[in-house]
Amino acid sequence: MSKEPVAVVGIGQTKHVAARRDVSIAGLVREAAGRALADAELTWADIDAVVIGKAPDFFEGVMMPELYLADALGAVGKPMLRVHTAGSVGGSTALVAANLVAARVHGTVLTLAFEKQSESNAMWGLSLPIPFQQPLLAGAGGFFAPHVRAYMRRSGAPDTVGSLVAYKDRRNALKNPYAHLHEHDITLEKVQASPMLWDPIRYSETCPSSDGACAMVLTDRAGAARSPRPPAWMLGGAMRSEPTLFAGKDAVSPQAGKDCAADVYRQAGIGDPRRDIDAVEMYVPFSWYEPMWLENLGFAAEGEGWKLTESGVTELDGDLPVNMSGGVLSTNPIGASGMIRFAEAALQVRGQAGEHQVERARKVLGHAYGGGSQFFSMWLVGARPPES
Amino acid sequence: MTRDIAVVAFGQTDTLRTTEEMSEVEMLMPVLHDVLERTGLKTADIGFTCSGSSDYLAGRAFSFTLALDGVGAWPPISESHVEMDGAWALYEAWTKLLTGDADTALVYSYGKSSPGPVRDVLTRQLDPYYLAPLWPDSVALAALQAQALIDAGDTDEPALAGIAARSRATDNPHAQLRGPVPHGDYLVRPLRTGDCPPIGDGAAAVVLAAGERARALCERPAWIRGIDHRIEPHALGVRDLTDSPSTRLAAEKAGAFERPVDTAELHAPFTSQEVVLRKALKLGDDVRVNPSGGALAANPIMAAGLIRIGEAATRIHRGESDRALAHATSGPCLQQNLVAVLEGDPR
Repeated sequence: MSKEPVAVVGIGQTKHVAARRDVSIAGLVREAAGRALADAELTWADIDAVVIGKAPDFFEGVMMPELYLADALGAVGKPMLRVHTAGSVGGSTALVAANLVAARVHGTVLTLAFEKQSESNAMWGLSLPIPFQQPLLAGAGGFFAPHVRAYMRRSGAPDTVGSLVAYKDRRNALKNPYAHLHEHDITLEKVQASPMLWDPIRYSETCPSSDGACAMVLTDRAGAARSPRPPAWMLGGAMRSEPTLFAGKDAVSPQAGKDCAADVYRQAGIGDPRRDIDAVEMYVPFSWYEPMWLENLGFAAEGEGWKLTESGVTELDGDLPVNMSGGVLSTNPIGASGMIRFAEAALQVRGQAGEHQVERARKVLGHAYGGGSQFFSMWLVGARPPES
Repeated sequence: MTRDIAVVAFGQTDTLRTTEEMSEVEMLMPVLHDVLERTGLKTADIGFTCSGSSDYLAGRAFSFTLALDGVGAWPPISESHVEMDGAWALYEAWTKLLTGDADTALVYSYGKSSPGPVRDVLTRQLDPYYLAPLWPDSVALAALQAQALIDAGDTDEPALAGIAARSRATDNPHAQLRGPVPHGDYLVRPLRTGDCPPIGDGAAAVVLAAGERARALCERPAWIRGIDHRIEPHALGVRDLTDSPSTRLAAEKAGAFERPVDTAELHAPFTSQEVVLRKALKLGDDVRVNPSGGALAANPIMAAGLIRIGEAATRIHRGESDRALAHATSGPCLQQNLVAVLEGDPR
C-alpha cells in the first residue's frame, strides 16, 4: 500500500525571547500559526486538523492546554490532537501530523509546538518530587554531564570541542532573526571563560530558556501543487523509544537513536549519510551533544565525531553544516525545540533560510531527542518529492 | 484509505478508589501482559505503541516516561504518547496502521486520580488567565450543564436518577460502583452524588491489527469502520451546553448514522451528559447503552475513553454485538469528543 507523499508548504515561528510578556499563551501560538498560514497563502478554513505538542504541562501550569487553545488555533469543529513525548515532542508532533496526511485521513494539517517558559519555572517543572527521584541531579545539565564525560573518556576528545560548538552555534544564531540569543560580541575566549556549571559543561555551552512557538502546514500532493512557494518533501520519518535507566543502556550513543536514524535513512534511500545528506538541524542542548550525535546518527565512526567538529566540517560554510539556525543552544522553548529543528530543515531545502541558508541544501535531516536520551524523532526532507 | 483495522484484544484493571501501594508500571503490567497473551504477541512483534495519560494526575512531569518501562521496551520500539485519554492514542495508532508502516499496534492508558483532589486538579484544564484562578471544579461545571438541560426541559432529576441506577445495574467485574447505589445528597445542585462518577485509579490496553493479521489474532475482530474526533470552543459561555455538535459531527464523519448500531458505550461521567450524548448521537431506546456501566460505574481518568472502545469491541468479540458505537470525551462539559464505529463480520 502506498502512502500519500507529505509536503511542508508553510512555516512560521515567533521571535524567541526569554519572556513574551506582551502575549498570552494563546497569543503566542496564534502568532506562529498565522505566519505558517501566511507562508502557505492559506486561511484557517483550509486546515482540516490541528496537531499540537509541548513538553510537560507543569512548565506553564496548564493541564492539557489544547483544550484552552482550541479557539486560538482555529480548531473549533475540527480534530485536535495533543502529543507529548518529552524533549522530542516537537519532532513527534510533526510526525503525527504527517501521518494524518500520509494515511489520507486529512489533506492539510496545521501542526504547532510551543513553550512559554516564562509563565512558570521549568527547573521546578522538571524536578520530580521525592521519593521518585533523589534531589541531586540539579536539572538537565546535571543528568547529561556524566554522559558527556563518558564520551570524552571513550573518544579521547580534547576538552576544547564543546566550546567550538557553542561558539559556532551562537555565531550562526546571529544570522537567524528568530533566534533567542543574539550575542554580537561572542568570542571563543568568552565561551571558554564562562563559568563551569556541571563539569565539563560551561554556562555558554548550555541552552537558554525561551518563550516561543513554531508551526508548519503539511499537505498532500494536491495541496503541494497549489503551493505558492517550493514545498519541502518528507522523504522519511521515524520515532524510537527506549527506557531511561536499565543495565544495558549506552547513554553516550543510545540504540534508539541509531535505530531511528536507520529507519529514516531506509525510507529515504540514504546509503551513506555523510555523503547523501547536505546539512543537519540537530537537537544539541549542551554543546558536546554535537559530536556525540554525529556518531549516533552515522555521520562519523564511533569516537570520531569530535574530529568533524574540530576540523570545521560542521561550520555554516563547512562540508556538513550542523545547526545553521543556531540550534537549541541559541533558542530553547523546550516543547517547540524539536519542531524548530524539523522546520529549519524544511526551510533549508525550500531555499528560504535567509542569511543562514546553506547552498545546495537538497536533503536535510531534522533531529530531536528527549527524556534521559530515551525518545528520538527525526525526519529527512528534500527539495524533490519522494520517487515511489 | 483501503486498509481494514480492528481491535483484536482488550484488557483492563479493576478500578479502585486508591492504589497507593502500586506504581503506574505495576498497575499497567498485568493489563499489558493480558492483551499480549490473548494475541500471542510479544513486545518485539508490535509495530507501533502509543499511550495516553496526564502528568497532572500523577503530580509530576514526564510520568509517562516511567510507565513505558512496563512495556518492556527493549529493543527500542516505535512509540508515541498523547497527553489525552487513551482513546486518542488509539486514534493515533489507527492512522499509523493506515499508512502501512505497521500491521499491529499496542495502545494503553492509565490514570490515578487518588494522589490528589481530582476536582481541584481538573480546574487546571481551564483557561489559565480568566477561569482557572477561580478554581471552578469539574462537578460545578457539570452542574451548570445539568441545570441548563433541566431548564430546557430535556430531563429532570428523577430521569437522571434513572440513568444512574441503570448504569450501576451492571455485572461488570471491573466496575468500582455497582448494584443499588443511593441517589444521595446534592453535591452541587442539581447533581447528587449518584449523578457523579466515582473517583478511581485504573488502566486499560488494546491491541489493534490490520487486515488478515487481525483475523489471525482474533476469532471475531472488531473492525473500526470509522473513527473521528472534534473539539468545541473552550469558553462555556459560547457553547450551548444542552447540545454536543462536536459529538454529532464526529459521529457523522465516523459513519455512525449510516446504519443503526445495537450497542453504545458512552463516556458520560455525569448522568446529565448521557442525555446530551443520546440526543447528539440520535440513539433510540432500542440501543443498549453502557452495558459496562460506563463512567458512572468506573471513571479512571485518561483510561475511561479507551475502556469504552475496549468494552464495545469485547462485545463484538463475544458475539453480543454486530455494530457498536464507542465514545470518549475530554475537557469540561464534553468539550472534545471522539466517536468510533466498530463492526463484527456478518454471521
